[in-house]
Amino acid sequence: MEGLVAVAIGVLVAAGVYLALRPRLFSVLLGITLLSYAVNLFLLAAGGLVVDAAPLTDRPGPYPDPLPQALVLTAIVISFGMTALVIVLTLRAMSERGHDRVDDGPDGGPA
Amino acid sequence: MNGLLLAPILLPLAGGIVAMLGGRRGLAAERLVGAAATILLLPVAVALFAVADEGPIVSHAVGDWPAPYGIILVLDRLAAWMLLVTAIVATAAVLVAIGRSDGAGRHFHSLFQFQLLGVNGAFLTGDLFNLFVFFEVLLIASYALLSHGSRPERTQAAIRVAVLNLLGSTLFLVAIGCLYAAAGTLNLADLATRAATLPADRLGLWQAGGWLLIVVFALKAAVLPLGFWLPGAYGVTDGAVAALFSVLTKVGVVAIVRCCTLVFPGLDAGPVLWAAAIGTLTLGATGMLAARRLSTLAAHAVVLSVGLLLVSIAHFTRDSLAAATFYLAHGTFATAALFLVAMRVSAVRGGMGDALAEGPALRGRLALPAAFLLAAVAVAGLPPLGGFLAKLAILDAATGARGAAWTFAAVLAASLVSIVALARAGTTVFWKVGRGDDQAAEDPPSSPLAVAGTGLLLAVVVALALLAGPAFGRADLVAGQLLDREGYIRAVLGGRPGGGG
Repeated sequence: MEGLVAVAIGVLVAAGVYLALRPRLFSVLLGITLLSYAVNLFLLAAGGLVVDAAPLTDRPGPYPDPLPQALVLTAIVISFGMTALVIVLTLRAMSERGHDRVDDGPDGGPA
Repeated sequence: MNGLLLAPILLPLAGGIVAMLGGRRGLAAERLVGAAATILLLPVAVALFAVADEGPIVSHAVGDWPAPYGIILVLDRLAAWMLLVTAIVATAAVLVAIGRSDGAGRHFHSLFQFQLLGVNGAFLTGDLFNLFVFFEVLLIASYALLSHGSRPERTQAAIRVAVLNLLGSTLFLVAIGCLYAAAGTLNLADLATRAATLPADRLGLWQAGGWLLIVVFALKAAVLPLGFWLPGAYGVTDGAVAALFSVLTKVGVVAIVRCCTLVFPGLDAGPVLWAAAIGTLTLGATGMLAARRLSTLAAHAVVLSVGLLLVSIAHFTRDSLAAATFYLAHGTFATAALFLVAMRVSAVRGGMGDALAEGPALRGRLALPAAFLLAAVAVAGLPPLGGFLAKLAILDAATGARGAAWTFAAVLAASLVSIVALARAGTTVFWKVGRGDDQAAEDPPSSPLAVAGTGLLLAVVVALALLAGPAFGRADLVAGQLLDREGYIRAVLGGRPGGGG
């Protein structure tokens, strides 16, 4: 279980870092989204992974740590809002500059 | 326990919401709300400063959920000091914005208030995850403020800063995950108590989390390998926004101080921070010399001030922290004032902007060159203003510490270079002027509010120099309280051993 989650996080981070380093803003956005997925999984795993247990219970027995779930919920909302904002900024930059490259070229055109 | 601690967070929150609703009734209503909420922050900050000045740390559990489970706000001397600095800079910035530039885009005042909400919250919070949330609040407002005025280069700068900080936020969450996995808590005081009793197999996770946190805060503070985003962003944005932003880097610095003194004294981050700070100092000075516009020069002055702060902080002694605390206030005021002066220079020189090149003569103006002179003396750290005293204290605290020779060489060389850069900028703008047309075509009348805002900052800089004795006394108490970890833990956890996990 831990191994599977670790591999999933690793693949997401690798893909996210690759995309975040691309020259187009659209790929950069996708990369950041993948990275935020990876980090949400990581936060869940940080509380310890528990299999076959009720998420909330007042009976004795195994139950998962509730705090990481609350953290992940907050992190999802924040990264959702941030992504929406950056998309709007990107669209505005595209309408102002006519391209969505991360860097301007020497004469202000596409790099 | 002490509801007043909520005021610096609730006041901008209410102000931001009301300003957004009031904005439908026109700019005047929005301005009224924005100015009122910002100016009201001043008495609140003064009151909290008085509370912190009584000595003991005050904590407030929001909704009465006790630490370490609930949301905890902690008011210590450092938080009160920074709240006051923020309130003063924000008042000046909002006055100048109303006088000059807040109509250039929509929702300026509500964004400004949300920015203050994030900054104040980041200073007051006693919990790592809430620190993350307040960082996000201040960042999301800062992206929008950065692009205020809708110019292509501002949008471009906002995107760069946004993408970089999104990556930073991702690292922040990874750090939080590591620390939670290692210690089972995110309350700063609780983390500090558990640092000593960690099982050996979790020590690696703990250290990884700690170093990641320092990297994230260094990104916000624009420390050398992570600071190249700053001049391009602060240099192109609106002057009033840039003045407020000069507080933002200090949020990163304060977070580094708080975490390194309270939670990670075992990490021994001092030498690494010190080396990075020397580099930051050098980069800032070089950038000031190379700047081709006055606002870019001011942006590099912000980088230099962060370097100077960290050079001192990295020693983590009482004297060095006290010197840094004093410079935290002075450096923030001085760089903010320089941004405001640059903004005015840009406005009166017509199409030239604030480029450092031969321009139209500014006949009949005495206040503007005088304001520049005062701001430049403050930024360069020349006597008789507080920057000189702060540098003296920083060098005095560094005497005998590790790498003192390097510290002396870097600080003195950076001072010299910044004096040269500022003197050259001043002579170019005010003396090396064209002989033919001696006035720019359009000469916007100076707004009394904007003059009041800039004047307020310059007056505070002078007052800080006149009251340097009491101010250094307070800074020394701030440093003493930072080094007293047990006091902080007792104030938050109340002698109760931390539970949870």
